[in-house]
Formats: sequence, C-alpha cells, structure tokens
Amino acid sequence: MSRPILHIDRLKRSFGGLIAVNEVAFDVAEGEIVGLLGPNGSGKTTVMNLISGALKPDHGTIRLDGVDLVGLSPHRITRHGAARTFQLVRVLGSMSCLENVISGLAFGREPMVGARARDVAMALLERVGMAAFADTESGELTYINQKRLELARALAARPRLLLLDEWLAGLNPTEMYEGVDLLHSLREEGMTMVLVEHVMDAIRSLCDRCVVMNAGVKIAEGPPEAALADPAVVRAYLGDDGA
Amino acid sequence: MRVGANVIWVALGVAGLAACVAVPFYGSGYAMSMAINLLMFATLATAWAMFSGPSGYVSLATVAFFGIGAYTVAVLGEALPWPVVLACAALFCALSALLVGLATLRLRGVYFVIFTFGLAELMRQVIIWYEANIGGSVGRYVFLDITQSQIVWQLTALVAGVFLTGWLISRSRLGRALRMIGDDETVAQHCGVNTTLVKLVVFAISAAFIGLVGAIVAPRWTYIDPNIAFNPVLSFQVLIMALLGGANRLHGPILGVIPMVLLFEYLSANFPNHFSILLGLTFMAIVYLVPKGIVGLTAKLGAARRPKPMPSTAPATGEEAAR
Repeated sequence: MSRPILHIDRLKRSFGGLIAVNEVAFDVAEGEIVGLLGPNGSGKTTVMNLISGALKPDHGTIRLDGVDLVGLSPHRITRHGAARTFQLVRVLGSMSCLENVISGLAFGREPMVGARARDVAMALLERVGMAAFADTESGELTYINQKRLELARALAARPRLLLLDEWLAGLNPTEMYEGVDLLHSLREEGMTMVLVEHVMDAIRSLCDRCVVMNAGVKIAEGPPEAALADPAVVRAYLGDDGA
Repeated sequence: MRVGANVIWVALGVAGLAACVAVPFYGSGYAMSMAINLLMFATLATAWAMFSGPSGYVSLATVAFFGIGAYTVAVLGEALPWPVVLACAALFCALSALLVGLATLRLRGVYFVIFTFGLAELMRQVIIWYEANIGGSVGRYVFLDITQSQIVWQLTALVAGVFLTGWLISRSRLGRALRMIGDDETVAQHCGVNTTLVKLVVFAISAAFIGLVGAIVAPRWTYIDPNIAFNPVLSFQVLIMALLGGANRLHGPILGVIPMVLLFEYLSANFPNHFSILLGLTFMAIVYLVPKGIVGLTAKLGAARRPKPMPSTAPATGEEAAR
C-alpha cells in the first residue's frame, strides 16, 4: 500500500443523543478507491460531510495529505483538494451546464477563468458524456445527467480526493455500466476516491477496499469480498438469523 | 447576452445620463424634483439589486444605510469639506454593513428579511433616543450651500458609478460567486467559494452606494429627524421597484424605477390620505402579475418569438469578454 493520503482517526459526531459517527478510523492510500458501506442510517453520509467540512466533528482527526481538515470551512477543504458530489443531487440551477463546470473551475485548487476555463470545462463535460448539453440550463436536466454534471463540477476543482455520495444510485443498468467505466478511467489516472454506495456489483468491480459501518461504528474493513462476508456485516444487514 | 442588446442598453444609459445632466439648464422646478426622485431611486434600486438580486438575500435594511448617510451630513456637513463628508458617509455605511453582515448573513430566507427590517427600526429608535436624551433635540437642520442642480449632477454621477461597479462585479469572479450563492450556497462552499467573505464585500459595496444617496439628498430637506431619514417605507419602495424591473439583471431595477416613481408621484398628489393602502395594493399586484419582473417578461416574449438556439452557438462568458 502506498502512503495514505487520507487519515481518519477517532472520528466522532453526535446529533443530540444520537451518535451518528462513533470513534471511526480508517486510512485511504493514494490512488485507492475505498467503498463506505452500511445499512441506512449507519453514518456513511455523516462521515462524508465531516470530511468535506459540511459538518464539524465532536472530536477526531481528519488529515488530507498531511493537513488537518478539522475546523476548516468547506471552501478551504475544497481548495486543499477534497471535492464531493451530494447524495441528493445539487446543481447551480440558473446556469448552463458549461457555466456550472466553469464555476467549479473558478474557485478550485487551481483557479482559472476566461477562455482557458471554457476549454477545460468543455473537456470535462465531454469526459462525463455531457458535451451535447453544454448550453442547456442545468435545472432542466434529467436526474442522471445532473449527476454527471455534478461529477464534472467536482472534477473541475482538481481534487486529490473525490468523495462520491451514492453517485451510482438511481441509474439504470446501461447507465450504471457507463458510470462504473467512467470511475474506472478516473482511477487509472490515479484519482483517489471514497464512495458511499449500495450497489454491490459496482463496489466489487471498483473498490480496492471497503469500510463497513453500522449504527455509527466501523464493523469491518478489508477487500470487498472479505468485508462483505464478515459475520458482523452479515448480521448488520440481515439480522442474527442470517449469520 | 447578445452584443446588439448590450449596445442598445449602453446607448440608452448614456442618453439618459445626458438628459439628467441637462435638466437643471432647461427643466422647471418640478422637472428637477422629478429628476432627483428618479435618480435617487435608480441608484438605490440598482445598489440594492447588486447584492440582493444574485444572492437571493432580500434586504430591508436599505433605509438604515440611507439614514446613516443622511445623518452623516447632518452631523458633519458644516464641519468638513463636502467630498470628505461624502467619503465619511460611504465609509460609515460600508463599516456598519460589515458589522451587520457578520451577525446576520448566516441567516437565510425570511429570517434575514426580518432581521434587516428590525435593524432599520433599531437604528431609528436608537437615534431618536440619543437625540432626545443626549443631543437635546430630536431634529437637526441641514444648512449647506448645495443647490438642487448640484444634487442632480451628483446623483447622475452616482448612478453612473453604481452601474459601472455593478457591471464590473457581474463580470468578475466575485459576481460569479454571488450567483453561485444565490443558486445553492452549499454547492458554492463546496466549490471553494468563501461565501461569508463574498457576501460581506458585496453587501458593504451596496450599502456604501445607498449611504451616498442618503448623504447627497440630505441638503434638500433642510430639516431632518429620524422618522424622515429612517422611514421604513423607503426600503419597501426600493424592493418593489427592483422586483418589478427584475433584480437579476443590471438594467432590470431601473425598468421598475421609472413607472413606480411616476406612480408614487401620481398617488401621493391625488390620494395623499390613501397612499399606504394603494402602495400595498400595488405591491400585491406586482408580486402576482410580474413575479419575474419586466426583464423576465420581455425575455419570455423574446423567447416565444425566437426559434430555439442551436447548442453550438455558445454565448461569450463574462470573464472572457472582460479580458
């Protein structure tokens, strides 16, 4: 395993009496794809929100490329190199697709504007298969295309770490195949990713490693097949009788 | 936007400014007072929309900054040279906008609206209290050697300044950041936008222009008290003018200013006792009938007439055209 680019230790966050993330720890190596799994409500999206700065942890360490992200605001975290997509897709609805991606470029890790930004944005749209929609208002896109656009916008920030929150959810089999292909091609370029996913085929095909959570606690970690076969994981998904 | 349309708007703007400069030479006293009203509201509505249009943060603090500008003149007008007084008015407003912004720009939607409304009322009450208990008299006289003509020319220069500033902001990364905030503040943050800073800077610039209007028109009153300088109706008038015109375009608010100033003039001349009721009805009619403003209306008509544009004919972006 190459050096860890993301280091998470003793991460905790509670909402009132509910402990959503409880002393979670894991590392992600450079160029690795780690799947974050678990039943609904197990705290996966909260972990994503803690990494991206949308939420502040009660305590714990999140280090990206040597820099402690805890306490930094989301825009600083983005500029340091963590970009994300959202579980419920979010686009800049009053702008065209091209403008959405240009907006991602304008404030990212290597900010750019002008003609060069347009060219790069167009290339990113092409990359996610959205070149034909460059001038379409992003609010008018279908759900799937909004997801693709969100990915292009996240890539525009030139991330060292890409956080994808159920990016493959809601895609039909063909789109899923294309989506997995796209993520594969990003991985070949060395992109480090953390995915929250429920689609097991995609997890098996994409992830080097999985971290499985239940009720805020990490219950298993390892290569997908091994992690999914872990008795604690089977129990979390299927109950005691399943195990 | 299409280049042709831009040329037309700039030409109209220059012609309008030239007409305003000429009013003191040819116009009657009534024309002068109309010109002052038009210029005053044009500046206020454009400055208001500079921040509230793209960001979606609807501010009712307009009169707070307007009043600060007017009171700066009442207090410092005779002590300092006029340009310094104006600079002070702009500075005080920008500083108070920064202070207020730090506290309130975390609020969203209706909470922000109510807070800004409360702020303007607070300013009025604090100044009434100060003047009555410490100053000794609630009102102040403004005796300055500034003529109506000079007010018209100063406001003309100011409206040109507010348009130029608005244009520069809309083409900069600052303007893009503000539009991103208006669309989805969470996305803006996660794209790397320092949303607090962006909101504060534009709110302060907008407040400085609003304060300058208050300062420039203050000598016209001769006598001011907090109820005149901090009259909350002004905030609503500016809001409804900007909404009628269309707050998302630079030239939008002024399209609302012209009909509304004429309407207010007509109403206050002919129905002085029912002015507030008629004002309220007008507000309701505008919100129901032209929710997207005159700009939205003309865009809709234009889109209906034009064939659908091909995807390949991309319009030039602001940043690029500005290079």
